[in-house]
Amino acid sequence: MTGLTSGIVRQQQKAKMADSGDSSAAERNNSASETADERLKRIYSMVNEKETPLPRSWSPKDKYNFIGLSQNNLRVHYKGIGKNHKDAASVRATHPIPSSCGIYYFEVKIVSKGRDGYMGIGLSAQGVNMNRLPGWDKHSYGYHGDDGHSFCSSGTGQPYGPTFTTGDVVGCCVNLIDNTCFYTKNGHNLGIAFTDLPHNLYPTVGLQTPGEIVDANFGQQPFVYDIEDYMREWHQKTRVTIESFPVPDHKGEWQKTLQRMVSTYLVHHGYCSTAEAFAKSTGQSFTEELTSMKNRQRIQKLVLAGRMGEAIDTTQSLYPGLLERNPNLLFVLKCRQFVEMVNGTDSEVRGLSARSPKSRNSSGSSTGSEYRSSPSLSPSHHRMDTQRANGKIERTYVTGNKSPNTGELINTKSNPSTSANQDHASVAEMNAVNSVTNGFSSNQVDVEMEVEEYNSQMVCNGVSSRVNDGASTSYMNGCSHNSQHREDLMETDDFDTDKEVQSQRRQLCGGSQAAIEKMLQFGRELQGMSVQLRRQYGKNEANKKVLQVKLPLTDTPVYYKCHSLGGSYRA
Amino acid sequence: MLMDTSDMICDTYPGEMIGREYMENLYGEDMDRVLHSVVKLKNAVIGNNKQKFHMMSLGVVGRLLEFIQNERAAVGLRTESAIVLGSLAKGSQANVKRLVDSGVVPILLQCLNNSNLKFVEGCLRCLRSIFTSQAAPVELLYTDPGVVPHMLDIVSQSPTTQECICSILAQCCKTSEHQGLLYSNGVIESLAPLLASKMYKVQMPALRVFCVITYTNQIVSSAVASATVSERPLPDLLVELCLRDKSVEMQMSSAKCLTYMCRANALSSQDSKIVYKALPTLIRMCKKDRRLEERVEGAETLAYLIEVDLELQRIASYSDHLIPTLSEFLRYPSTQTTVMDLKRLDYDMKHSYELRAAALMAFASLGANDEDIRKKIIETENLMDHVVCGLSDPVIRVRLAAVRCLHSLSRSVQQLRTSFQDHAVWKPLMKLLQNADDDMLTVASSTLCNLLLEFSPSKEPMLESGAVDLLCDLTKRDDPALRLNGIWALMNMAFQAEQKVKSQILVALGTDQLFKLLSDPDVNVLMKTLGLLRNLLSNKPHIDHIMGMHGQQIMQAIVLILEGEHTIEVKEQTLCILANISDGTTAKDFIMANDDVLKKITNYMIHANVRLQIAATFCISNLVWNEEEGALERQMKLRDMGVQKLLQQLLSSSDTVLFDKVKTALQQFT
Repeated sequence: MTGLTSGIVRQQQKAKMADSGDSSAAERNNSASETADERLKRIYSMVNEKETPLPRSWSPKDKYNFIGLSQNNLRVHYKGIGKNHKDAASVRATHPIPSSCGIYYFEVKIVSKGRDGYMGIGLSAQGVNMNRLPGWDKHSYGYHGDDGHSFCSSGTGQPYGPTFTTGDVVGCCVNLIDNTCFYTKNGHNLGIAFTDLPHNLYPTVGLQTPGEIVDANFGQQPFVYDIEDYMREWHQKTRVTIESFPVPDHKGEWQKTLQRMVSTYLVHHGYCSTAEAFAKSTGQSFTEELTSMKNRQRIQKLVLAGRMGEAIDTTQSLYPGLLERNPNLLFVLKCRQFVEMVNGTDSEVRGLSARSPKSRNSSGSSTGSEYRSSPSLSPSHHRMDTQRANGKIERTYVTGNKSPNTGELINTKSNPSTSANQDHASVAEMNAVNSVTNGFSSNQVDVEMEVEEYNSQMVCNGVSSRVNDGASTSYMNGCSHNSQHREDLMETDDFDTDKEVQSQRRQLCGGSQAAIEKMLQFGRELQGMSVQLRRQYGKNEANKKVLQVKLPLTDTPVYYKCHSLGGSYRA
Repeated sequence: MLMDTSDMICDTYPGEMIGREYMENLYGEDMDRVLHSVVKLKNAVIGNNKQKFHMMSLGVVGRLLEFIQNERAAVGLRTESAIVLGSLAKGSQANVKRLVDSGVVPILLQCLNNSNLKFVEGCLRCLRSIFTSQAAPVELLYTDPGVVPHMLDIVSQSPTTQECICSILAQCCKTSEHQGLLYSNGVIESLAPLLASKMYKVQMPALRVFCVITYTNQIVSSAVASATVSERPLPDLLVELCLRDKSVEMQMSSAKCLTYMCRANALSSQDSKIVYKALPTLIRMCKKDRRLEERVEGAETLAYLIEVDLELQRIASYSDHLIPTLSEFLRYPSTQTTVMDLKRLDYDMKHSYELRAAALMAFASLGANDEDIRKKIIETENLMDHVVCGLSDPVIRVRLAAVRCLHSLSRSVQQLRTSFQDHAVWKPLMKLLQNADDDMLTVASSTLCNLLLEFSPSKEPMLESGAVDLLCDLTKRDDPALRLNGIWALMNMAFQAEQKVKSQILVALGTDQLFKLLSDPDVNVLMKTLGLLRNLLSNKPHIDHIMGMHGQQIMQAIVLILEGEHTIEVKEQTLCILANISDGTTAKDFIMANDDVLKKITNYMIHANVRLQIAATFCISNLVWNEEEGALERQMKLRDMGVQKLLQQLLSSSDTVLFDKVKTALQQFT
């Protein structure tokens, strides 16, 4: 008990030190008089809590039985037997982190490390099993006190930071601009722990042995780490990016630039009529022919339907030489084809009687309303916007509108998703499909307009850090195809979610033995292609990543292991 | 004739024509026209290096200086002249040098006394350009002792005076004398308010001045630490300049200033301004997204900040992936970068060695005290390879940094036994020692000391490759630090060594040199030399062998030290040597036959210092040890000298160690 008290005292001293360190910040924070509400409002000024409430406490509903809550649901203690890892228990916050935060931060004070100090602090998506520590499962991320390792959706951790114990304050910061996460210990930044994080994660803590007690600070109290200084840097960064954004036009032609941005966006996504109408009213012209746009839409449709083989064939006949010039793109498409083969959608393995892929279209119901408020330049919205936008295109097909027009926007908004598949796996799956499509069509515009340049960019992607450029470029949507491509490649992460869920839901390759063999053969060819690409263009992290997700599949026994593992995911 | 002239006109560079016209106009009578042509001259040279050079060749500087010095000339003309000079000073280095050679600096400094602000500003701008150039004639600022106080007097007059004077002072404060001079003229009070200026271009040079005056200067640092700006402590202001939305340069400089104040003991290393501001800022400056210069500066300053503080080292070691980030420095430029852009490559190459040196220095600081951190550093992929490569780097700074790093890491017993052995670090280290300058030798030989510890597997191969001669040479150096390292390493080498090694050391060192070291003015050298003797004189056979060869001289030296003015530690060490000698078989005679020494020993038995009493008693105890040959005679002699009685008196000692020793000695008497 004395250890515990001294730990707390030490912590208070540390916190005090941090306070007095930045007296100017302290003045601004005015920590003494500022209420919790005021502080949260100031830190997350862009969040509209009526639409997206901030996490303010742990959820008494979204927790495992072995978790006890007290002190306004801010204190968490373990009340299980804590025999082994099967007795682990987690609790999520009441709400997910709103994307509009841009940067989100919370701190957890270790009041007592209990018997063994097996505490995990992190993030998880809704529905992730709570009988686990954060980080062990898909869409779950954690930093563990006993070994200081970080766990990124995996049962094995990576060496990350120091261990933490009674008296320590551990913070977790989610950067929704570049989708990374870093932790702090007693006010010291431990460096980035996770990248490529999905949105809508919940603050989560997990405990595993008796006596473990932790207190959360969701911003009600001043933080030990100077998170506002970090935010300041990002505000500054964003401002500089905007200010130094190169405008090709001369002075006074901003409007034209903006109009062109809208126009290229419409053309890019193939909204022929809208683009036509827009061009007419603004006195602009666009170079791409309507037939070409329609062709692209056709290919897009095929991709969305999962008929990748046909999509590739169509591309090759309509745009000969395109895929030959962009081997990396072809590779990504083929990877997708492979996935579609596994689930039996692709035409190579699909029997005539196979069900229509249309039934797979589904989406989170909130999409429509969020899309309405989205055309913002704020980088924090961007990823969401692209995805939402994609979602919209897709729903266009669901509702059967053959030629897209401006009316669709309203149409989709008022069109609640009717599909039965509401689990988020199918959302993820759909996003993945979208992303490929997105990348696909974007490439096409590129090729038509600036073949040379794009070619070189593709090669660049293979060897340079362009792919990792981060958020600074990614939100220049519509202008930078390159960044879009980057996102697409990252999105492919979601593939394995697909795979698992689908393999449960459906029969492998539609159940046909011949198709399975064909699929395996295809997988081997894919691997070969990757090796060749690598020889030709050097390492490509993105490609490797895409392939890693699939490689086990070329080996049947491993595949079945994957299959059974999938079971743990369904909560 | 006419033809010739026109030819000449055609051939001449058009600028020259203009130049000549200007020159003629400058010497005209009509002052308005002169002013007009100075203004035209100003417009002609602006941003045109060629034109500047050309005008200076025509001697325009001399004429302008005449205007400037002419007290009766219109102040407008003088101001414009100063502005033209300022423009000329913005040209190439050669231009600046010509200006300095023409004696511009003292004249302009003199003109600062003028009451016209515009004129003074013109002069200051020109001076700023000159003093911030590479060939800055720093000393000229201090030639007239009135200049600096006057500058500080007028600093607050306008943003331009603030900016220029701060820039000049920041560049011209190079020594501790300069720091002292600025300090005694009230630089802190004059410039502190400028840190709170709204103008970046004033704030930044002012901050730079605070950096240069605090560097390794405790008095100035303490004064800065306790200074206030409108009732706010100045260090708090520095913290504000360190915020992350400030420019990188500003964050770096304020972190640097806090660092200097911390190292000068003006701020505690536990102060939150250091722990939560300066430290993380410097760590951030090392990150990949910073420019190479910034990364170098960040890592170097970080190395300095954490050099002597374990807690800062610990925090830094787990902050923001610092160790992997720094290890990337060593791989720069990475092989993956294409060699397409030559300019880029040149830039990379120029910085690659600075990056390497900075990273190695930072690792040296990080691993200075903590075993876990050392382990973490060494376990970083390929890091040891880079350190070892660094030892034979073509750039001396990298070599020095690599040795420093190795030195830090060599403080670990485990590393000495494992990774140091795996990488055979002793090889490049020995090579490095062959022809190194004193700085390098000091660090390299310190490392060597550690490599020669008895448990180190490097010891054997190093002996074979001539380490003994090398170390003996070091003991003859003028620099006491080198002598110390040399003798220290020999001492380590002799510890529990074989007879062969001991003889080798004695032969290589020579008894003359050994005794010379025993009278070394540096007490540390003396201590380690005694330590070496003690290590040499261990094991009965070794004692007898060595005493047999050098007994006379050794006894002489011992007597000399016991009679000399020395610290307790030295005397204790010497008595221990005597105790070792008395443990020999034949060697005992050297003491027994020497009544003088025996008397000295008995005197030390009743010395006020208990440690000396213990050592002396131990010596006696060895002499009277009754299992050995001739013990009875020795006991008799000592009894006659009253030693036994002395021992009995000592039984009343309250010191338990002494009591035990005395008891053991008494038990030997039969």
